[in-house]
Amino acid sequence: MDCVVELEKHKTVDSLHSPSSLRISRVREQRKSFSSWQGASPRRRSASIRLVGRHPDVYEPCDDSFALVDALLADKANLVERRPKLCLEVGCGSGYVITSLALILADECHAQFFATDISQTAAQVTRETLSAHGLQADVVVTDLVHGLEKRLAGSVDVLLFNPPYVPTPEHEVGAAGITATWAGGDRGRVVIDRMLTMVDSLLSSKGWFYMVTLTANNPSEICQIMKKKGFASRIVIQRYTEEENLHVLKFWREDLAFDYDYNAETGGGGTTPQSSLSSKMSRLAFWR
Amino acid sequence: MRLLTHNMLACNIKGVTKGFPLGIEHTRLETKESELNADFLRHIFPKLDWKAFHEAAQSVGVNNIPDQVEPVMLDDDEFLRKFHHALLEVHLEEGALICPETGRRFPVTKGVPNMLLNEDEV
Ligand SMILES: C[S@@+](CC[C@H](N)C(=O)[O-])C[C@H]1O[C@@H](n2cnc3c(N)ncnc32)[C@H](O)[C@@H]1O
Repeated sequence: MDCVVELEKHKTVDSLHSPSSLRISRVREQRKSFSSWQGASPRRRSASIRLVGRHPDVYEPCDDSFALVDALLADKANLVERRPKLCLEVGCGSGYVITSLALILADECHAQFFATDISQTAAQVTRETLSAHGLQADVVVTDLVHGLEKRLAGSVDVLLFNPPYVPTPEHEVGAAGITATWAGGDRGRVVIDRMLTMVDSLLSSKGWFYMVTLTANNPSEICQIMKKKGFASRIVIQRYTEEENLHVLKFWREDLAFDYDYNAETGGGGTTPQSSLSSKMSRLAFWR
Repeated sequence: MRLLTHNMLACNIKGVTKGFPLGIEHTRLETKESELNADFLRHIFPKLDWKAFHEAAQSVGVNNIPDQVEPVMLDDDEFLRKFHHALLEVHLEEGALICPETGRRFPVTKGVPNMLLNEDEV
């Protein structure tokens, strides 16, 4: 009896406060319970895990994917207010993130969505995921945004990237199969740094760029690099899982002064929204 | 892929200066209905290369896109309907995109164009 009570207690506390990683690792064992958990919160409006396509060589939605989608959900009111028209995800993998963004913006924005991946298989899986949700978006197989960068210059209102960010030996970057989905080379920065050089030219004047990073990627340095290009930044979500410390960073052109009250928005379990530049800067100091 | 995406793609092989617009070869096209949104069409209109769009539409058999346009046409429902159809409802499922300068073919398989370059093209 005691035991049952303990279990019940544990369950309640866990479902309220656990980082989603815990929730998710449990869920990975029991996918069915995950869909019912999703079903229980209709406001969520992210892609349904049941409908996400799968392939052994394609990155399955994981803590980082969920963190990115949670960041978009946390920022939904601001996103909708901006009325984005062209949205692009680089490295779309299973399509979980771009599908979620399309669902999040569906009713209000009438946007069009593009996605790229270096893997042909991932591109196909993303197409399946989109169409399983009744959505249409075009997927291009390419390195980052090559081929799109000229004509999309200055037009992308929402740019998303969950990069291969794991520090690995250099030769694993772009290797065959599943390794390339996470291998990021020195400090996990090889692909990230290439992407950072394209953001300025792609984003529209009101464009926003969201990117997932690990502590090992040195996010404060990434923010400095972007600052030199004229971008302000903030942390939308921080999440400490058993394996990694994830941050979802958001960048926007500094010349457009925004002063949101982010306190009004929280992103769910395990999330620490930052409310001001000063609190961000103090947080950045911690990263070093 | 739809003509919207075609209008946003260019060949970027090293040294190529005229990589746009890509030619279209098709062995399979599909038409999928989608909801027309005038806001989006008005937003994208100034960003499109209309000449490229007009030619692309013709190459997929859509011949009712005028070659000359003015913004005032965006107030005409009939024009918007044609514009929407050609831009967003016609899907190139199988075929290729051809670089106008080098003739390099970028295959389109199951609706996905592959723009990856070989090492000697980067
Ligand atoms: C960490 S996974 C994220 C997948 C998916 N966006 C998600 O959040 O679940 C990184 C993805 O980036 C892709 N990728 C890696 N290098 C790339 C490159 N140079 N250009 C485009 N995509 C790349 C991988 O194939 C993989 O699908």
